Amino acid sequence: MNLRSRIVVLAASIVLLAAMAVAYTVFRGAEPTPAAGAATGRPLQLLTNGRLSYTSGTGARKVTSVQCDRAYAAAGTVACLRPVGALSAGALVVMDSGLHERRRVPLTGFPNRLRVSASGRMVAWTLFIDGHTYATTGFSTRAGILDTRTGQLVDSLEGFTVIKDGTPYRNKDANFWGITFAADDNRFYATLSTGGRRYLVQGDLAARTVRTLAPGVECPSLSPDGRRLAFKSAVGGDPKRGWRVSVLDLATLRTTPLAETRSVDDQPVWLDGHTIAYALQLSDGTNQTWTVPADGSGKPRLLLSNANSVSPAP
Amino acid sequence: MYLSTLTRPALGRRGGPVAANVVALGAVSLVTDVSAEMVTAILPLYLVVGLQFSPAAYGAIDGLYTGATALLRLAGGYAADLAGRRKPVAALGYGMSAAAKLGLLAAAGSAAGIGLAITADRAGKGLRTAPRDAMITLSTPPERLGRAFGVHRAMDAAGAFAGPLAALAVLAAVPGSYDSVIMASFCVALLGVVILLLFVRDSPGPRPPREALRWRALLDGPGGRRLAPASCLLGLATIGDGFTYLLLQQRTHLAVGWFPLLAVATSGVYLLLAAPLGVLADRIGRLPVLLGGYLTLTATYLLLGEAPGGLWLVVAVTVLHGTFYAATDGGLMALAGPLLPSGLRTTGIALVQSGQALAYLLSSVLFGVAWQTWGTRPALLAAAVTSLAALAGTAVLLRPAKEVTA
Repeated sequence: MNLRSRIVVLAASIVLLAAMAVAYTVFRGAEPTPAAGAATGRPLQLLTNGRLSYTSGTGARKVTSVQCDRAYAAAGTVACLRPVGALSAGALVVMDSGLHERRRVPLTGFPNRLRVSASGRMVAWTLFIDGHTYATTGFSTRAGILDTRTGQLVDSLEGFTVIKDGTPYRNKDANFWGITFAADDNRFYATLSTGGRRYLVQGDLAARTVRTLAPGVECPSLSPDGRRLAFKSAVGGDPKRGWRVSVLDLATLRTTPLAETRSVDDQPVWLDGHTIAYALQLSDGTNQTWTVPADGSGKPRLLLSNANSVSPAP
Repeated sequence: MYLSTLTRPALGRRGGPVAANVVALGAVSLVTDVSAEMVTAILPLYLVVGLQFSPAAYGAIDGLYTGATALLRLAGGYAADLAGRRKPVAALGYGMSAAAKLGLLAAAGSAAGIGLAITADRAGKGLRTAPRDAMITLSTPPERLGRAFGVHRAMDAAGAFAGPLAALAVLAAVPGSYDSVIMASFCVALLGVVILLLFVRDSPGPRPPREALRWRALLDGPGGRRLAPASCLLGLATIGDGFTYLLLQQRTHLAVGWFPLLAVATSGVYLLLAAPLGVLADRIGRLPVLLGGYLTLTATYLLLGEAPGGLWLVVAVTVLHGTFYAATDGGLMALAGPLLPSGLRTTGIALVQSGQALAYLLSSVLFGVAWQTWGTRPALLAAAVTSLAALAGTAVLLRPAKEVTA
C-alpha cells in the first residue's frame, strides 16, 4: 500500500469508528435502562440505575435525570447522596418534592445509608470513608446528621459521648452507621462498632450522647409506630456469612426473624406498619427490591426489579 | 527503504529528524493512551463506588496485575525475537487491550468479568511494550535514542493527558453513561491498532544468526549482568502512583474524585518535559538524567512525609512526579537499548521491564505493609532511604556502561 491509500484507509477508519461510538451512545448509552413495569399498589420513590425515579403504583415508572447513589424521601423532603463525580466530591443534596435543591453538603466518602425522619426535618447518612480503610483492619464509616430546619450539621457521630453498658466509654476505633430517627426528631437509633463488636445504640441528638441497647443489631429502621426496629444482623455474629433481617420489639427486646432467608445487606424500610422492604444485589450487579411481612409470617415477594433505595414517595 | 524520515526538524537544534517510525509508534501510543486513560479515569470510581473496593485495594490489585503479566511480557519478547518480527506481537498486544474494553462492557458489573477484562488489558500492555520499545531502538541511531524516546514518551503522555479529558467530555455530553465512555474507548483503541498496522514498519535488518538467540548471550552480557539487576533496584525505589496519590489525598484532604485530574496533571508535566529531558540525556549522558529523575522521587517521598499539607503540596508532588516519569521512563530504555544484542533486543527490553515491574510489585506490597505497621511518615522515610540506596547501587552497576555505549 502506498502512503495515499494508507491515509485513505486511516481516514475511513476514523469516520467508521467515530460513527460507531456515537451510534452506541445515542442508541444505548444515553437511554436509561427501561424500567420493569410492576404494580406496587403505592406511590414510591426509588433509584433506577442511580437515577431518581417514581412509580405511582400502577406499574409505570418515571425516571428523572437526577443522579444519586442513595436516596430517601419523607414529608416533602427528598435527600440524595450524590456519587463522587470525575471532578466533584460527593455531596448530600436536600431537595423539595419538586426536586429543587435546598441545601448541599459536600461529603468525602462512598454513600452507603441515607434516611429522612418521618417529619422530613432530619437527614441522616452513612459514608464509607476511604484512606482510613488501609490503616485499620476493618472498614471505616462516618455517620452524620443534618437538621434541615435549623441548618445544624453533625459531621460525625464520633464526637458524641458513648455510654456502653451504663458507663462512659471511649475508644478511637468507634464507627457508627445506619441512623434512624424517632418521631420527636431528637431520639435516634444507630449501629456502633467498637472492639470488634457491633451494638444497637439509642442516641440523643441535643445531649450529644449515645448508649448501647443490644448487641449484634445493624442498620436499624424504626417502624412508623415507633415501637419496633427492623434491622440486619450477621449470621452467627460473622459478617462474612451474610446478614439476616429481623424485627426487634423495643419494649420487650424480643427479636422476630423475618421470612427472608437470603443475605440482606441493606437498611430495611417500613413501607407501612406491617411491610418491610429491602434491596438485594444480584450477581450481575443489578438491584431488586423485595418485601416481606414484618411479623415473621408469609414469604418474600419481589416488589420492583432494577430498583434500590426505595422509600415512600415524598 | 524503511527509514523514511520526517522533513520537519525535530526538537533540539542539532541532530537530524526523528525517524518516521518513531513518530508512527508515538501516534499509536498517543491514541492507545487516550483510550486507556479514558477507562482508567472512570474505572477506580466504578470499582470503588460500584464494588466497594477500597482505593488501597485498587492500588494493590493494579500492582498485582502489572506483576502478573511480567511473564507474558518475557514470553512475548522472546517470541518476537525468535520470529525476528516485533510488529505482530505488538499488534496482538494492542488488539488484546482493545478487546478488553468490550469485555468490560460485557462484564456488566460482575466482579469476575471485570477482573478478567482488566487482566486482558494489562496482558496486552505487557505484550506490546517491549516490542514497541525494541522497534524504537532499532529505528534510531544509538546517539539519538534519548531524544527518540523523549519524543515517543511525550506523544504517549499527550494521550494520557487527553484521555481523562475525553472521558469527562463524554460524561458531560451523556451524564452518567459509563458505558458510552467504555465504548468510545474501544473505538479509539481500534484506531490505534489501525495506525499501527498501516504506518509502523517493523525494523529491518538481516535475521540474526541463530546463536544470537541464545539466552546466555543476553544473560552473560551487560543486559543480564548489569541492566536487569539495576532495573530491579530502580523498581524497588518506586511505590507506585496509586499510593502517591492516595497519600497526597490524605495529606491535603482532597476529594477522591480529583484522582483522575492528578493523573492528568502528572501527564501534563511528563508531556512537557519528556522530549527536552531526552535531548538533555543525549547531551550530558543518560545515567545522570536517569538518576536525577529518581532523586525527584526521593524528594516526593520526603515531601509527602515531612512537609506541611496544602495546595502547594499537590502542585509540588504533581510536578515532581511528572518530572520523574519524563526523566526515567524512556530514559532507562534509551540507556538499555544499545547494551542489548539486536537479535535479542525485544527479550532484553522485556527482561529489563519485567525486572522493574516485579521489583515494583514487591516494593509496593512492602510499602503497604510498612504503612500499616508503622504509619505513613516512617513508611515514607523508609521508602526515601530505600530509593537512595537503590540509586547508589544503580550508579555503581551502570557507570561503566558509558564506555560500552561510546
